[in-house]
This record gives sequence, C-alpha cells and structure tokens, in this order.
Amino acid sequence: MSASQWRRAMNSAATAAAPTIATRPATAPRAATPVGHADAMPTSLARLVARIRPRHVIVLLAAVAYPFLASPFFTYQIGAQSLALGLIALSLTFLGGYGGMVSLAQMTVAGVAGYGIAIFGTSSFPAISLGWPWWLAVCISLTAATVFAAVVGWLSVRTEGIYTIMITLAVGVAFFYLAQQNYTVFNGFGGFSKIAAPELFGIDFREPVPFYFVALGCALAGYFLVRHLVRAPFGIALQGIRDNPRRMASLGYHVNAHRIAAYAVSGLLAAVGGVLMVWYNGRISPGTVNLAQMIGILIIAVLGGMKHPIGAFIGAIVYVLLQNFAIDLFIRERFNLVIGGVFLAIVLFSPDGLLGLWAKLRSRLVQGPISPQKRRQP
Amino acid sequence: MRAMKRRVWVRSMVGAAAAAALMGSAWAQETLKIGLLANLEGPFAVPGQDGYRGADMALKEKNGMAGGKKIEFVKVSSDATPDKAVAMTRKAVEQDKVQIMIGPLSGDEGIAVKNYAKTKPDITFINGSSGAQATTLSDPAPNFYRFNTEGAQWMVGLGEHALSKGYKKVFLVSEDYGFPYSQVQGFMASYCAKGGKVVDKAWVPLGTKDYAAVVAKIPKDIDAVLVVLGGSDAVNFLNQYEQAGGSKPMIGGSITVDQTVLNYKGKRRESLLGTMSAGPMADSIDTPEWKKFVADYKAQFKDGFPSPSLFAYLYYINTRAALEALDAVKGDLSNGQKAYRAALQKTDFKGPAGEVKIDSNRNGVGTTYITEVTKAPDGSFYNKVVKTVPNISQTLGLPEADFKKMGLGSRDVPDCRK
Repeated sequence: MSASQWRRAMNSAATAAAPTIATRPATAPRAATPVGHADAMPTSLARLVARIRPRHVIVLLAAVAYPFLASPFFTYQIGAQSLALGLIALSLTFLGGYGGMVSLAQMTVAGVAGYGIAIFGTSSFPAISLGWPWWLAVCISLTAATVFAAVVGWLSVRTEGIYTIMITLAVGVAFFYLAQQNYTVFNGFGGFSKIAAPELFGIDFREPVPFYFVALGCALAGYFLVRHLVRAPFGIALQGIRDNPRRMASLGYHVNAHRIAAYAVSGLLAAVGGVLMVWYNGRISPGTVNLAQMIGILIIAVLGGMKHPIGAFIGAIVYVLLQNFAIDLFIRERFNLVIGGVFLAIVLFSPDGLLGLWAKLRSRLVQGPISPQKRRQP
Repeated sequence: MRAMKRRVWVRSMVGAAAAAALMGSAWAQETLKIGLLANLEGPFAVPGQDGYRGADMALKEKNGMAGGKKIEFVKVSSDATPDKAVAMTRKAVEQDKVQIMIGPLSGDEGIAVKNYAKTKPDITFINGSSGAQATTLSDPAPNFYRFNTEGAQWMVGLGEHALSKGYKKVFLVSEDYGFPYSQVQGFMASYCAKGGKVVDKAWVPLGTKDYAAVVAKIPKDIDAVLVVLGGSDAVNFLNQYEQAGGSKPMIGGSITVDQTVLNYKGKRRESLLGTMSAGPMADSIDTPEWKKFVADYKAQFKDGFPSPSLFAYLYYINTRAALEALDAVKGDLSNGQKAYRAALQKTDFKGPAGEVKIDSNRNGVGTTYITEVTKAPDGSFYNKVVKTVPNISQTLGLPEADFKKMGLGSRDVPDCRK
C-alpha cells in the first residue's frame, strides 16, 4: 500500500468516526474548535483579553526579565540562540503540525537568508559581499528565502509523507554542497565571517541584551503570526487539507496553492530565524546548513511538540541547553549519548514531545481525563 | 487539588535548592580553570580524542599543578565547524569563567576562535592543533598564541625531497579548506621553485566518501600523487584508489600518513611502504626527549594509539607552554595577564620533537621532520625520519617581502601546472 493510499484509508476511517458533519467549508475539518473560536473575529478585543491566562503573563514577564537576571552568556548563547532556533523550528511546526508536510529544508531556507545577509551586506570578503545597507540586505534576503521556500514547496507538494521528507532532504543536501563547493558566490568551505548585526539609534545590536530583545521581538511576532494564521480562514483550510485533501478539493479549495502558500509563510519564518542566526554567529559557512543542522531543526520541533507553536521554543531551549551542558554531565567523552538518550526518552514516553508530557502531567494533577472543554486545539 | 499541586512545587523547589548547594560546595576549592577545546564529534573525533590525551599528559607531568595552583581543565567539544568552535569557546570563557583557553583543533576553527579572542582581551588564548596560516599571519589577535608551527611550515623540505626521488610531476588530491591550502603551499613553494610541476589539483570537500570522480581524473604520466587528506578521508581515498588499480607512489600531507592511516588494515597497506611525508614530529625521532614522551603516553593511555599522534603532540606542547609560563609568573594572572603574556612570549623549551618558541606574531618557529613509511620488526608500520629541517619560520625560510608577494596559500596559490 502506498503512503497516499494508506493516508486516504486513515482519513476516511477518521471521517466515518467523526460525529459532526460539516455544514460550512471553513469549519469542516477537525480544526473547528469545540468551543467555537473558529468563526469568532480575531480582532475582537474582549475575546482576546478573555483568552489571556496567568501563564501567558508569566511567560511574557519571564522572557522580558530574563536578560536582566541572567549572565551575558545565558542571555546570548542560551536565550537568543534558543529564540532564533525556535523561530526556525516554528516554521516547521507550522508546516508539519498544521499543514501535515514535514520538510527537512527549513534550515536550508534559513541558510539562504543567512547567505543573503553575507552576500548583499558586509562581511570579511569584500570581493563577494556587495556591502549594501543592512535593511536592504535583510529585505532582499527575506524575499529570496521566501521565494526559495515557495519553490521548494512547489517541487514537493505533489508528494506526501516520507517522499516530502526525501525531496526536501535532497534540496537541503544539494544546497549544502553548492555552498561548500562554489567559490564565486558562497565562498566555499570557509564561508563568510565578520557579519555584524547593525548599530541603530546608538544601540549596538551585537551586544547580548539588545540582540536578545531583537530575537524576542521576532520570536513573538512569529508566534502570534502563527497563532493568528491557524485561526484565520487560510489556516483552517490548511488544516482541512492536512486532514483530508480530497474532500477539501471537492469543496472547491485549491489544495496545492494552499500548500505552496504554507511553504512560503513557513519560509518567511525560517528566513527571519536565519537572519538572526547569522547575526548571532557573526559568520556563516556550509557547516551552518549541513545535514546535522537540518535534522537538528526537526529534533527541536519534535522534542517540543508540534501540537502548539510554543512547542518549537520549548524544544529549542532544551536542545540548546543540552548542546551546551551535556558535556558537563557524568561521561565527558560520551556526551552525545546523553543528548541522544534524552531525545529518545522524550519521544518514547511522549510522542507529542514536551508539550505532551506537560498535558499528561496536568491531567494527572487535576486527576481524571482532560475534559473536552479543556482540550486545546491547535 | 491546589494544595497537592503546591506540595509538588515546594518539594521540587527544595530538591533543586539542595542540588544547587551541593554543586556550590564542589566549586569552592582554590583552582585555576583552563578551557580545553578539541573535537569529540565530526570528522576529527578520533584525532580530537588524542588531542585531549596530549593536554592531559602535559598536566600530569606537572602533577596537576602550575604556578602553585591546582589546574582544572574545562573540556568542551566542537565538531570541526567554526560556528561550534566559537560557541563552545564562548561557553568555556563566559559561562565556566576560564582565564586561559586552549584550542581549537582545525584550521578554520582557529581563525574563528582568533576573531573571537579579539572580543575578550582579558583572556589568553593558546592554540590547540589548528594550523591555518592566516590565524597569525593576517590580522593577528594580540592575545592568541600558537606554539606549534603551522600547516605550511610542516611541509618545508618535502618538495626538495620529492625531487631528489625523481618525482617531477605530481597530481594533487586535497581537502578544500584552510589547513590543506597551507600544506600545499608549504610543499609547492620549494617544489615549484626547483622545477617540479603540479599538473592538476583536485579539491574535495572535507568528509568526502566517494572519490571515483577524482581517481578517474588522475593522469597516467605523473610520477606521484600528492595526497593531503586527513583521518577517515585518507583511508577512503586509499581504498578507492587501490580498487581502481592505482599504483603511483604517494606523497602525503602531515596528517595523511598519521597513526590513523598507518593502522589501516586494507590491501593497500603494503603499498604504503615508502610513502614520504613531512610534519612537526615523527614516530621514530631518535632523541631521549621523544622516547620519554612516547613511553609516558603508552603508560598513561592503554586505549590510545601505539604511538602519540600529531594531535596529541601539538596539544601537549601548547598545554605545556601554557603551564610553564604559569610557573614562571607563579600563577599571577592579574593586570590583564600582562606578566603572563610576557612569560609566554619568552617561552623557549626543548619539547619532545625539538625546540618550542614563538616569533613576534606569536606563531611557533620549529623543526620539520621528513619521513618515509617503514615496516618495524613486529610488522607494524611507522614513519622513519630521513631528514630534519630545523628552525623553520612562518615565511617558509623566505624573506618576508618575498613571502608577502606570493601571498597566503589558497586554491590557486601557488600554481605551477606547466
């Protein structure tokens, strides 16, 4: 049985079991939330305020207060890096969790944006770098990476499941080798160094605290963009396509167009993360977009949980902490064992990642299963 | 429910506080922390481990003490990418608060760490085993020291030796990054000047598994193949060159015919005999210092190589220089480490493989050994020293102006095809 056949069989079974029957296309798939938020206007301020829980306030306050409490190392290498990686992983969460398309090329998209910054902006290689102002370089890079992501999407939307992974893997590896072997544009193995975040209004954005806030701003913007999109008609349709593309097609939706658009949106998110990464490292080389990094993004997304956009950031924090501190744990020479062990344990005991663990823990504390009212929809 | 929730919280908070208190007391001893960066992952994982061994040896010789303080290594690991090398150096410096940082292992990592060193003028950085020329030749950092000689210096004299064997035309296979560029320049500078030809260069990415395209490109009318690959890459090339029926003799780079390759078990093993290479050390140096070094290594590391590798040696001399300078200033790192750096600059000791000292760019000036692979009575292979070239400067023995005119080694510099 091919992957698509299997998928179709699963989908029809799920549809048969579903108690509700769609009356309107926008609320047809299971993305329609049980509490009926789907057709609420997102601009309704009262509803927005009503949705704010104490934990939202706590997380936001903690994120803002963090750089003032933590050391510069924790602010920069742990905090800012987690936010930048989290943003790239968020693009995969959006694509995978809401669009049902797992792409390994998200780090590549981020790398395209990063290389754009190096090539159009300033770097240690004036022979290649064009030295344009930073805002222009950022605009061009984001556009180029978004277009690149859309092209990758256009190439891979006709495939499903493991074939999408294979195609995006191929694109990613091809880009890695292109960057490593091309010396006229990508400067080969050495890549570019001395790429600096800009200095604006007298604030040097290379410093840990300002850079952290830039990263935090971008991360929050990305987070709320995803939260908004998945409740907007486009996101609802996308989730419908994830669950049953044939039915959505018969309802008159252009399945491929929605999927390509999802790739473009995720490309923009990854591109912003890529720009942050290149500013964070101050350099970019093929090592930034190699296979290990591409898989790293998938690990982050799965680790955190793909059911909710916050999972990407939780996953990134755990990933960055492990990368930095696993070597300080008991077996120094075998520290990758610790990293692998933790990943394995999380995936084994909670297929939904850390978010799933949290949900389980909460249901245990509240005792009894989570009531339908409390169940969170993506 | 709420009470129960709170109890869980309180319990975990108490637990965390207790753990933190225990950790705190462990750190309270009077020690000096030195960061140590090598590789435990990526293409240089095996050599990287030997690098740690070399550093451990230098510390053990001093019974774990230097300048009257107990020395503690804070070991961090990179995967040979510059990003990771800088991230891990930053972790050791900013999080673990080391005062002296030793590392990294490979060329481009070295350049990246040197650039980072400029942002931390209060910390002293000492190289591990990285050997890219640009690290100390172009835009050097005043607080980055390299006691070993670098990639180009290691190959000085090999060109003449190849010509003396009648190798007039060679084909180059090399990894495509900073360190091999330097190696190739060191070889070609004198080889081309004395009439040798490098007919073509094949640059392959680090970690290449498939050499079919390269092997097919090797012309028939050459005298030897110059192979500047390291570790697992060299083994892969040897395997495929042999399978394709290649029979030309090999000239190796400094890390090509290292212990990793000498322990290679394939059929090509026998044809390795006679392979010439050059480097800052060799297995068979006939001095008491070297013999003691090898004996100590063997006694200390049962799981190590039969003889210390290049990386163990380089980490050893750099670590030893760092510790001896600490002794000289009695552990005084005050005043922006001014006295310590002066002591480092004056460092001059007889290492296992010759004198260890640095020039005004804080780069090593040292000896190069030209070797050929020979079979030992017990059947194992080793690099037999056939020639010693002492006192090689970073300008490869050329006057500085001549060297600058040639420029740093790159894919196209130097060039002598015809």
